[in-house]
Amino acid sequence: MTDDTFTTPREPQLIALNVNGEQHEVITEARRTLVDVLRHELRLTGTHVGCEHGICGACTVLVDDRPVRACLMFAAQAEGARIRTVESLADGSRLSDLQRAFSEHHALQCGFCTPGFLMLAEGFLAERPEATKEEIREVVAANMCRCTGYQTIVEAIDACATARRRACAQACHSKEN
Amino acid sequence: MTRQEQGRPLVGRSVPRREDRRLVSGRGRFVDDIALPGMLHAQFVRSTVAHGEIVSVDLSAVRRVPGVVAAFTADDLAIADITAQLGRPRSQFVPTAMPVLARDKVRYVGEPLAIVVGLDAYAAEDGLEAAHVEYAPLPPVLGEETALAEDAVLVHAEAARNTLVDVSLFATEGIDDIFDAAHRVVEVDVTTGRQNALPLETRGAVAHWDDREEQLLLQTCTQVPHQVRTVASRCLRLDERAVRVVVPDMGGGFGQKCVVGREEIAAAAAALRIGRPVKWIEDRKDALSASFLAREQHYRARAAFDADGRILALDADVVCDMGAYSCYPFTAGIEPLMASAEMPGVYKVPAYRVRGRAITTNKAPTAPYRGVSRPQYVMVVERLFERAARELGLDPVEIRRRNVITDFPYTGVNNITYDPGSYLESLNLCERAVRDEGWYDTRTAAAAEGRHIGIGYACFSERTGYGSSAFAQRKMQVVPGFDISEVRMDTSGAVTVTTGTMSHGQSHETTMAQIVADTLGLDIARVRLHQGDTDRVTYGWGTFASRSITVGGSAVRLAAERLGDKLRAIAAALWDTEPEQVELADGHVRRRGGDGARDVLTHQEIADVAYLRADLLPKDIEPGLTATATFDVFNDGTFSNATHGVVVELHQDTGQVEILRYVCVEDCGVAIHPQVVEGQCRGGIAQGIAGALYEEVTYDAVGEPSATSFMDYKVPTAHEIPDVSIHHLETPCAFTATGAKGAGEGGTIGAPAAVLNAVNDALRPTGTELDHTPITPQTVHRALNPEPVP
Repeated sequence: MTDDTFTTPREPQLIALNVNGEQHEVITEARRTLVDVLRHELRLTGTHVGCEHGICGACTVLVDDRPVRACLMFAAQAEGARIRTVESLADGSRLSDLQRAFSEHHALQCGFCTPGFLMLAEGFLAERPEATKEEIREVVAANMCRCTGYQTIVEAIDACATARRRACAQACHSKEN
Repeated sequence: MTRQEQGRPLVGRSVPRREDRRLVSGRGRFVDDIALPGMLHAQFVRSTVAHGEIVSVDLSAVRRVPGVVAAFTADDLAIADITAQLGRPRSQFVPTAMPVLARDKVRYVGEPLAIVVGLDAYAAEDGLEAAHVEYAPLPPVLGEETALAEDAVLVHAEAARNTLVDVSLFATEGIDDIFDAAHRVVEVDVTTGRQNALPLETRGAVAHWDDREEQLLLQTCTQVPHQVRTVASRCLRLDERAVRVVVPDMGGGFGQKCVVGREEIAAAAAALRIGRPVKWIEDRKDALSASFLAREQHYRARAAFDADGRILALDADVVCDMGAYSCYPFTAGIEPLMASAEMPGVYKVPAYRVRGRAITTNKAPTAPYRGVSRPQYVMVVERLFERAARELGLDPVEIRRRNVITDFPYTGVNNITYDPGSYLESLNLCERAVRDEGWYDTRTAAAAEGRHIGIGYACFSERTGYGSSAFAQRKMQVVPGFDISEVRMDTSGAVTVTTGTMSHGQSHETTMAQIVADTLGLDIARVRLHQGDTDRVTYGWGTFASRSITVGGSAVRLAAERLGDKLRAIAAALWDTEPEQVELADGHVRRRGGDGARDVLTHQEIADVAYLRADLLPKDIEPGLTATATFDVFNDGTFSNATHGVVVELHQDTGQVEILRYVCVEDCGVAIHPQVVEGQCRGGIAQGIAGALYEEVTYDAVGEPSATSFMDYKVPTAHEIPDVSIHHLETPCAFTATGAKGAGEGGTIGAPAAVLNAVNDALRPTGTELDHTPITPQTVHRALNPEPVP
């Protein structure tokens, strides 16, 4: 869409989205949000919708590596960006360390908010691998969970960050030797 | 899945959850993830007035909106009403019908009036904007005072003074004399705010008619699939076999989804009419304003004490604002009847009198919400003890010590028999934990600096495992209680187990599998749970009232034991020995005392004989490997118990209540999966804190709900919810098949009382005591910064 094109909210338009490393072309109304297009057009239903007004964070995905509320963004606005959803975390059937940490710490019960927290943590830890537990708690406070009371979510992310730092330190150490 | 360690039972161990892999991978299947060919999307035209006659509903413009496929009013669909019943005289209970779509009258803002079906949810919402509804407004009834007035406007014409339930119970003989003669009488007047259970996944359903099965397939997120099937078949006038209810993964429920929703029935009716699948997903605004709410209660209570602080009598008047309709199947009696029956709680109360009322108002209707009245009456009783302690100069823990039930079984003044628990032990352990961490010293030191730190406790029990007899005592006409389980082994030796309970975060795929794997000596990976499908599961009451492990888990255990008996019988026949000589363990079937290769078989080898070589079976053993068992509780249920200890600091400048420490000592009998129990505690406590400090649905003067987004309905986050340290005690239940007691609701029950007591402790120097939740910063600020007296 160029700046001089007037598009009504209902008018279908062709947009290109890069999701989890795959390029997709979608014909969709201009008014459709990114989360609706991910879920209903691309059938990536791992990203959930909890409030549609940007508070609960269940729809959190990464847009150019940064956590974003996919309910507050039109799909058309995500053209040209790299989008990552929860479906990208596992390597085939092998869960990522972050996913395993959530399971080990019982950081999910019903699992509805979980994809949002996973993507929030995935983005945050990539940006700030040295995050303290208090900083992690601050970030976890961005999203809502109704089941866990948050403690185990904080613990899971902290454990994952700690393990990554330890692995990194060992790798650096063995390189030096 | 981890292998079982040799000989070590799985029950009692925090094995990896079966649910997790799909849920952390985004591969769960929630109701909004379902897409069917030709599927349409529904939204509801909802009332914009709190109370009024419906003059007209005009959908002609709706039907012209691009993308709208159909729109129906109540008259178009002619669905039968939903009416929940209690078997009580009209002086105690007034039945009221809940139309699936409002017909003559609207009774709250958000009440569904018409269903609009579009090509997608956007189009359906476009359609809503074109609806034209004309009302003849009536004065809204928005609170106890207006509802109970002599000349009150009536929400339901049949319910005089807007009273749906009015019961007076127990009234121990001579109770007035006890109050008159008592050394001390203390009183409280407690009110609690209206709350939303708020599952993060809103309600929703996908309905379509399956021509091949000649059946309506209703996929809906409900805690009570068989109840939805019954109501759908009656409302839609179908044979019950022609309705199949299937529950996908559920994003929480907490009670809001344990009643039948009008919208799921309306969506099914629309799908039948149009002949295409119809999906309805509630948006958050509707979930906040028009879904089932809970907890708005008012207690006027007093208690008589002797000079030693022993309680002599309890007298309470409870009014529950149940909103516009009675929920199915529980009725508007759910809150007042729970409060009335169980209020004496963990204390030895010799005399008791209670009046419990449900009033109907022009607010969104109510449903059970995790804890059901217990968060409120525990708060009231704990407040009475705190106040008595103050007036009698006793330590608040000591006064509880003198009054908690210590000899079990104990039959209370409320005619309920309590099975053994650890009331005193939990109280002592909790206090010691708080004391050993130095919080009493911290409180003293803080006071010297002019800071406001308070310590509060709540000691309580929670009846779980309600059987048919307990629900029948409420005079419900639909009496929940029992559960049925079927365990089936296939020719590979793998097991499918069914339960009538419905996990929505409680980990039943894991915990029920633990029970079966232990009973049959199988690897847990070979056990799979089926739930939430009315065609696969014979019957069941669903998940509520902390019944799943107590009742459902017991049925599962008994069915597995029966299947185990059959496996042993077949093996014994093959070995020409007695079944008692056969043991099932570590993935094998063994002959006791034998150590040769011929003394060990696999489950598969037995299953092979049961199905493929039935010719080898003795005459008295039928082919196949299935076993069914039912379980019910014929006494008053089993009581979990806990003590919560909370330390708060009140901030002078902001009125903020900061929780510095939260300690929970819980006893739910045998914990099948300790990590899951702790998760239930922490999650419950978070919801209890939410009710104590943050969440409330309020209405303005015309009945418009004031919180329709998360900007106004303040759900606490990781900022507000503290870490909780949990200590476990274990008093096994004598009559559940696993020794487990329920663990689902306790956290929510204890938190409001403990937090309120802690806040009042911190306010002690000010002389102010608070008796309303949520406790707002404004209230605390006012208490800490009183207007100077001129």
